[in-house]
Amino acid sequence: MIRRLWKFNGGVHLPAHKEESASHPVRRAPLPKRLILPLHQHIGESAEAVVKAGDRVLKGQMIAHAKGFVSAPVHAPSSGVVVETGDLPVPHPSGLSAPCIVIETDGADQWTQLQTHGDYTRLDPSALRNIIREAGIVGLGGAGFPSFIKLNPGPGKAVNTLILNGVECEPYITCDDMLMRERAPDIIAGLRIIRHALRARECIVAIEDNKPGAYAAMCAAAAGTDIHVVQVPTIYPAGGEKQLIKVLTGMEVPGNGLPIHIGVVCHNVGTAAAVYRAVEYGEPLISRYMTITGGNIAQPRNLEVLIGTPVKDLLDECGWNPATLDRLLMGGPMMGFALPGDDVPVIKTTNCILAMTAADSQPQRPVMPCIRCGACADACPVNLLPQQLYWHAHAKDLDKVQEYNLFDCIECGCCSYVCPSNIPLVHYYRYAKTEIWAKEREKQKAEAARLRYEFRLQRIEREKTERAAKHTQKKEELTAAPVDPSGTKKAAIVAAMERAQAKREEVKSEE
Amino acid sequence: MPVSVSTVMLRVVYALIPGLIAYIWFFGWGVVVNILFAVAIALGCEAAMLAIRDRPLKPFLTDGSALVTAVLLAISIPPLSPWWITLIGTAFAIIVAKQLYGGLGYNTFNPAMVGYVLLLISFPVEMTSWQAPLMLITQHSLGFLDALRIIFGGGLPDGLRLDALTTATPLDTLKTQIKLDHNVDDIISTAPIFGHFGGKGGEWISAGFLLGGLWLLYKRVINWHIPTAMIGALLGMALIFFIIDPAHYPSPLFHLFSGATLLGAFFIATDPVTAPASTRGRLLYGALIGVLVYVIRTWGGYPDAVAFAVLLMNLATPTIDYYIHSRVFGHGENRKD
Repeated sequence: MIRRLWKFNGGVHLPAHKEESASHPVRRAPLPKRLILPLHQHIGESAEAVVKAGDRVLKGQMIAHAKGFVSAPVHAPSSGVVVETGDLPVPHPSGLSAPCIVIETDGADQWTQLQTHGDYTRLDPSALRNIIREAGIVGLGGAGFPSFIKLNPGPGKAVNTLILNGVECEPYITCDDMLMRERAPDIIAGLRIIRHALRARECIVAIEDNKPGAYAAMCAAAAGTDIHVVQVPTIYPAGGEKQLIKVLTGMEVPGNGLPIHIGVVCHNVGTAAAVYRAVEYGEPLISRYMTITGGNIAQPRNLEVLIGTPVKDLLDECGWNPATLDRLLMGGPMMGFALPGDDVPVIKTTNCILAMTAADSQPQRPVMPCIRCGACADACPVNLLPQQLYWHAHAKDLDKVQEYNLFDCIECGCCSYVCPSNIPLVHYYRYAKTEIWAKEREKQKAEAARLRYEFRLQRIEREKTERAAKHTQKKEELTAAPVDPSGTKKAAIVAAMERAQAKREEVKSEE
Repeated sequence: MPVSVSTVMLRVVYALIPGLIAYIWFFGWGVVVNILFAVAIALGCEAAMLAIRDRPLKPFLTDGSALVTAVLLAISIPPLSPWWITLIGTAFAIIVAKQLYGGLGYNTFNPAMVGYVLLLISFPVEMTSWQAPLMLITQHSLGFLDALRIIFGGGLPDGLRLDALTTATPLDTLKTQIKLDHNVDDIISTAPIFGHFGGKGGEWISAGFLLGGLWLLYKRVINWHIPTAMIGALLGMALIFFIIDPAHYPSPLFHLFSGATLLGAFFIATDPVTAPASTRGRLLYGALIGVLVYVIRTWGGYPDAVAFAVLLMNLATPTIDYYIHSRVFGHGENRKD
């Protein structure tokens, strides 16, 4: 069936650089000596460690449990001994350290007892969600949002369209492509499980038309079902969730809303495969496909990598040259971020390690003033006016940038890419966003301080009035009290004075 | 592949080539002399101002923006104008309209048009002494050296009189003659300055600019919004009045191929620095330029009006940008289009 497709504004055609890594079958990366598992690999609350240094763990054993609703547990990717828990460098744009569990592997790769669940169609959606939550599955497309939440449409919300995102529009990255080519049946099986949980009316698998191998494999796997496998035109960022929904349904997700608000749910193909492994075999998420590529890599390829493997192990495995390394990125060239070093581990959301030489990047042209040519606006998939945003961000006019819908920016980098003046536009937007968040926090702090101060003033005032009230009450009590009618008080005082006089005289006579 | 600012500017210059070839064909070497002289002055002024402003010379001298300003201004002034006309106009455009506003990207007004309007207001005699197309100058051939001599103050070649060399432009002729209550058809068919549907020669120059403009659209150096809106509005206005009274109002086609309509629509009004940012803003901007061109041509004091219309709308650009934004993805109504 030919589906009607829609277009989103702008987008750019980028040199794909995909053949390099997509021409070899995927193989398993060798078992690393150390596995470093950050407790925060997803959106939401960090997981909480349930093992301590010295504990022996088995492959697949939960080592940190989900804390709070929006959270995901972490499992041991291989058997070994916990040697350390503490703050270590993690792959995050900030370059900061964060709590991690470090496992020294024993080479046995011994599984823990896995619990299987039988026929999923007999399971209640909430039971399915629980299995997926306990397996630590998060969105493998990049965002890392705990998947079980996106398997719950919420009360009164029906899911019309379930989209499986196999677009993979960013250059260099081919892990979803390879996964679809090699494990299409797993993905389709996972999709059916997700569909069962969501009770979705219609299922679409979207694949960019530059991946004929993946398309053929997915079509074959979906044959005989009512799942539509659809090729979408190759343009960056067609794989962005909101952009893909627009392409497939013609509907736009409201600016401050979620896909579910228009009856759509989107999952990544890798997530679907992980869901299948979790439900069918009880396997938690402990490994994933990952692209190791870039001009610095001798044998660019995809590997099946254990979560927590240090980046350096993977670079060594594929052959790299530290001398000519210009930039080491996690993710693609457009939305990825520079790694602080090669000692950080890969995490659940890592789809690509990109090691670039100077020749890979575009030659750095000097930054020129904005000539308002509008190439950025033509390329913006969200229809923003990037040059106006830049202008106001540059001037630090934080109200104006919000008026120009700064927070709708998905930071895809199309504007910076096409800018003839070579202005790093997205940097300015990120800067403006962090400034606004900081201001917001300041405001909240100031608000809290103001409330505290006002409360203190109130309390002092209240105490004052209370004291005054007490005072007057006492006074009243005193005046209202009967004035020693029998004179006993007076008599007692007189008696006491006499006693004291007597005592003094006594002391004198003794001298 | 993304392009650089200098590529954008150079493409604008390349796109001027077909129109320039026609211009030189019909008006001779004066055009070339003016352009070369203006470019030299523009680069000189730009370099001096950059040095005074303590800005790096190389990136800004090679960005091509001064080149574009100089070429556009040189095209706009009469081909055999004295050298000091070009000097004053170009220097004012670069020094005042561009560099004093902050240089590339910061000017509020189109520099070439500021230079042109300064000249038009200050030196109306020189600026309205348009050389006649070569085929109307029958007494004398006009070579490169003749052009140099006329421009740099050597006087006219022997046997060539000034009244034979210069003539009123088609728009000027039409305006004067209509005021004398002549019929448009009679004017056009009798005065030798008119061609098939515009001015003699001028119509082909305009066609050349149209061709270059279409190439700019194809190369995505400019967007279709401003040229389309401007031409559409001008044609619309012209059509209305042409239908009402063809004896006093020339046809839309004449307006399209006369004066600076096509040069303005594709090369001047589309200057992104001085035009609005949003799509709808650009449509409004272009349309209002078109309306203003017609109004000033028809009822104003000057025969052509592209420069005035563009500068007036440059003035309105911040206001348009303030009120008109684009519809952001996921905002407003959810349309399936």
